Amino acid sequence: MSLASAELQLDLVGKTFGRHRALVGVSAVFSPGKISAILGPNGAGKSTLLGILATLVRPSTGTIRWGNELLGPTAPGRAAIGYVGHEPGLYGDLGAFDNLKLFGGLYGKAVDPKVILEKVGLSHVDPLAPVRTYSRGMQQRLALARALLHEPAILLFDEPSAALDPAGASWLSEQLVLQRQAGRIVIVVTHDLDAVAPLTDHLTILRRGRLAHHAPITTTLTGVDLRRIYTETTGACT
Amino acid sequence: MVQHTMPPTSTPPKPATLGVFLLGVAVCILGYAWVPQMIVGAPIEMTMGPVQKIFYFHVPCAWLLMLSVFVCAGGSVAFLFKGSERGDRLARCSSELAVLFGLCVLVTGPLWGRVAWGVYWQWDARLTSSLLLWLIMVAYLLARQYGGPASRKLAAALALFAAADVPLVYISVHIWRTIHPSTSVVPTLAPAMRAVFWTSAALFTVLWFVLLSFRLRLERLRNEVDELAIEVEDVLEVRMETKRI
Amino acid sequence: MLAPNGFVKTIFLVASKDLRIEWRNREITATMGFFSVLMVLIFAFAFVNPAGDGLKSEVTAGVLWVGLLFSGTIALARTFDRERDLEAIRALLLSPAPRAAIYLGKLLGVVFLMLLVQLAVTLLSGLFFSASIGQHAVWLALFLGLGTLGYAAVGTVVSGALIRSKSRDALIAALLFPLVTPLVMAGVRGTSMLLNPETPDMESIVFWTEFLVVVDAVFLILGLWAFEPVISGE
Repeated sequence: MSLASAELQLDLVGKTFGRHRALVGVSAVFSPGKISAILGPNGAGKSTLLGILATLVRPSTGTIRWGNELLGPTAPGRAAIGYVGHEPGLYGDLGAFDNLKLFGGLYGKAVDPKVILEKVGLSHVDPLAPVRTYSRGMQQRLALARALLHEPAILLFDEPSAALDPAGASWLSEQLVLQRQAGRIVIVVTHDLDAVAPLTDHLTILRRGRLAHHAPITTTLTGVDLRRIYTETTGACT
Repeated sequence: MVQHTMPPTSTPPKPATLGVFLLGVAVCILGYAWVPQMIVGAPIEMTMGPVQKIFYFHVPCAWLLMLSVFVCAGGSVAFLFKGSERGDRLARCSSELAVLFGLCVLVTGPLWGRVAWGVYWQWDARLTSSLLLWLIMVAYLLARQYGGPASRKLAAALALFAAADVPLVYISVHIWRTIHPSTSVVPTLAPAMRAVFWTSAALFTVLWFVLLSFRLRLERLRNEVDELAIEVEDVLEVRMETKRI
Repeated sequence: MLAPNGFVKTIFLVASKDLRIEWRNREITATMGFFSVLMVLIFAFAFVNPAGDGLKSEVTAGVLWVGLLFSGTIALARTFDRERDLEAIRALLLSPAPRAAIYLGKLLGVVFLMLLVQLAVTLLSGLFFSASIGQHAVWLALFLGLGTLGYAAVGTVVSGALIRSKSRDALIAALLFPLVTPLVMAGVRGTSMLLNPETPDMESIVFWTEFLVVVDAVFLILGLWAFEPVISGE
């Protein structure tokens, strides 16, 4: 099985933090060339699930596999993961070029920062200006640039459109489609049902740490449709 | 797809373990009734007088402080590198015993020292490293309590460094002259004193085991209660799901 | 664990990143430096008799090492604050960079900054306390260097573990100081001998140097082991 078609598989994954059980018995499959949305009420365990998918959090039970490879903290397959979280994952005191060159170096890739910034629409930015002076939207763009540096096969997003203005949110939607076309496994945790509804190929809904829904989407959904499915599954309004 | 798991059954102690534990408790009760009389009846040391008898419980407490620290370090290693929950429990429980027995050492020592040497405290090898060890164990408990999400691992790392520190501090201070009685005191004891000493030492060690096993069981039961609470939540969850469907 | 670009390169990347950030905003050197200078001043007010001529070498040695300890906590705390700010640490941990290399990189960054400040503090102490810092300058530098290295070796682990703790600032000193006592003991003994205007006991000094090397080696090895589990969190 070539890497490009490898699926990301979770087998009975659970995670307990002390007294709190964040995830219970989650078994899921995520396929390449698809946008998979993960929805759920607050506290349902979405961020924990994404953390486990990113191998940043070690599951208490269960395994995570990419193709035939078991993904653990030391697995070489981790180099194929790109992650954009709530926070951009950048050094605020350094500029865009420094950040990109640093992360490129950590992945062993020679990077041309200008080309990458062009891809995410940041070519106009002062390369020396500290990232902490950027607007939230600009930080997100740079975060995506950082995540894409090493050509990851798996792209994970944790509420990427939170605190983005409408222009930023629509740019993000375009990006998700682009990455899907590139054949990546794209997984998005989000609350923005309207934005993700027309894009999503696969829907996962978590409720109190358990999988309440995990199925492909065969028709194009509208925000209303998605809201309906969500409400029926979780018994909650969003 | 929702899952329904059976709640774990509580683990009562095995009969053999319970028997040994009760035996230990019995030994302690009888021992602590009898050994003080042994101590009173032991010969009085020439130079220091009656106060020397503190040694019969001061020294065992010091050994148990050391033992507790090394058990804590051992459990910490198992937890840090193998993720062993039992190791973590063992480390936590023995750290508490280290603080307890350490406190005994640090209180009885100065009392003895005031009479024997005229000063409550001296910065020699033994005293300094005991105090330091005790402080690190207190720091261990602080780390567990206030250390944030990684507190268990932080505390385990502390225990590791503590175990390494003990010989280092001891050596560094020992290079200078020490007024603490040297370790070779014990073999040169008069036979009558030796019997009392070893009985007392054995008794304290039994006490240590009794306290440790008691505390370990408490910790294990606490973890089980936590798990049961989660299981109960799960069962209620499943019932609510089934009702909705 | 394989890093495509090599273990050593990762160390260099992490350390140079920290130093580049420091070069940009000079925050740690400024705050740590100023704090250290104030400490020397306060010690001067506390200990120096205006009529007398300087401090005994033991006291000066103590001042140097206490200053090292307290001001070092600033560098240790801030170095991981920068990782946590915009969650750069997450991106760093996600990369293939070996945790041990990250540890050594952070360590080198902290040691460099601490040594810079220590240089200024030592010169100031020589001035305020009439200490003969020049007579065995190389040995003095060696002692302070080894002490800083060992201190940072433990401190990086403790600070990294406390990266998400609310009580971080209070706890760093409380947890770190008992652990680094062997360093302080050896360091102060050796330093006070070196600052003594009379001919120092070279044999003892060599012993304490060797002792410091051993302590540093032990702390570094333990630090390399312990850093990965504590930085990965729960």
